[in-house]
Amino acid sequence: METKQIQDTIQMIEEEHLDIRTITMGISLLDCIDSDAKKACQRIYDKITNKAKDLVKVAEAIQREYGVPIVNKRISVTPIALVAAASASDSYVEYALTMDKAATDLGIDIIGGFSALVQKGYQTGDHKLINSLPEALESTERVCGSINVGSTKAGINMDAVREVGQVVKKIASVDPQKCMNLVAFCNAVEDNPFMAGAFHGVGEADCVINMGISGPGVVKRALERVKGEPFDVVAETIKKTAFKVTRVGQFVGQIASERLNVPFGIVDLSLAPTPARGDSVAEILEEIGLDSVGAPGTTAALAMLNDAVKKGGIMACSHVGGLSGAFIPVSEDAGMIKAVEADQLSIEKLEAMTAVCSVGLDMIAVPGDTTVETISGILADEAAIGMINNKTTAIRIIPATGKKVGDDINFGGLFGHAPVMKVSASQPTEFIARGGRIPAPIHAFKN
Amino acid sequence: MKIIITVVGNDKVGIVAAVSKQLAELNVNITDMSQTLMHGSFTMMLMGEFTPEQTAFDTVQKALTELGKSIGVEIHTQRQELFDAIQKL
Repeated sequence: METKQIQDTIQMIEEEHLDIRTITMGISLLDCIDSDAKKACQRIYDKITNKAKDLVKVAEAIQREYGVPIVNKRISVTPIALVAAASASDSYVEYALTMDKAATDLGIDIIGGFSALVQKGYQTGDHKLINSLPEALESTERVCGSINVGSTKAGINMDAVREVGQVVKKIASVDPQKCMNLVAFCNAVEDNPFMAGAFHGVGEADCVINMGISGPGVVKRALERVKGEPFDVVAETIKKTAFKVTRVGQFVGQIASERLNVPFGIVDLSLAPTPARGDSVAEILEEIGLDSVGAPGTTAALAMLNDAVKKGGIMACSHVGGLSGAFIPVSEDAGMIKAVEADQLSIEKLEAMTAVCSVGLDMIAVPGDTTVETISGILADEAAIGMINNKTTAIRIIPATGKKVGDDINFGGLFGHAPVMKVSASQPTEFIARGGRIPAPIHAFKN
Repeated sequence: MKIIITVVGNDKVGIVAAVSKQLAELNVNITDMSQTLMHGSFTMMLMGEFTPEQTAFDTVQKALTELGKSIGVEIHTQRQELFDAIQKL
């Protein structure tokens, strides 16, 4: 019996917050399409509740037997803009209500896929879905939506970029917190297990299990043991730690897949922070040697961290997918919040950081009077970073209605809080008004 | 089925006896055992084996958790495969 290894493992789980952040079942709804929206919704409800009927039970049993917390049980579905396009209805709110009811009845935390993929243009269902988003998110509890506005292959749909700005403002005017449930992507991935951006891509199998792991605390603790060592040692330490963390995801995913009799899709190698103390990506960067996240050197440290996590994780699992990298959401990371409050971290620095890690400007509160054009401009910048660098980028921005820089918006409970951040007052009005499509970059043409 | 049982708490007379008695009653065979005092705290690890057809995992886990409460120590029961998955190639 390897008592040291047993102790290490228990310490990782109990003291360093190692957990399975999410087990996400991807379900295709393509066989639920019907020109009658009522019939389609009934089929959707039946399929989701049938495929995922044991998901919560199995996840809870695995957690109990192996002692690894599985924090979220989620479902992702085919983008509803595709599923609903055949129906004549002008609003897709009914589809969102159906998703919400299925998730509630199953005890699922969040269901994602109220989504549209418009990187190159709109099909019939896309406009309707985007227009339905404010009401759909307002009238449901567990539904998340996403819009893919660009890709390296297609360029950036600037009409969609403008529309996202309008939708975000509209949602915020009623309830800013609901902006948490909407993300706009460039290069969205089809097997992402993390919310708000999870949807089940059309190239996926009928039903799959995807895992999202987490473990910023484990990495931080490992780095505490190599203080002052050169970067070679730091990178090696992160790789070894990421390997162990990923093995947990692979192991739990395999068991869940066997018990649910559903194919195992991918493990998403992400360091996903929570507002809990010791579960922060910012604290890892500070452990590497920065006084505060946001200091010069932050981007380099993050690039190294992100790369080492991937290198360590990739050998630990059979299929890597999803977003795979370090997440830097402001409101979900105690270290990021602290840095913003101390005026050490700006949106502009965060933007630079998104060029070297996974996703983008995530869970960022901006003043309530931020214009549609500013939000769209921020999205266009993020999309450009994603398009040119061949990576996923996104924005999840929360205009804090009625609040200004220095105020704080509280999301309640585990969702933490976010300080309202300063955005440039200079307006991109005519830039956003142009519309059309930014062409795909030259390196997209690889054939 | 192989399980790892960890027992942590303040040292006192009879912890090993109580845990092993409970395991015997549950028909769990002890295949390995290690016990030490760390910073004044009693720490014991046991590897146990049982036939799931005869005894359910949940029954073993529940009985040990309750025993832990009654004798004032913390007892965790986990299936063993997790440790191999994390620590071995």
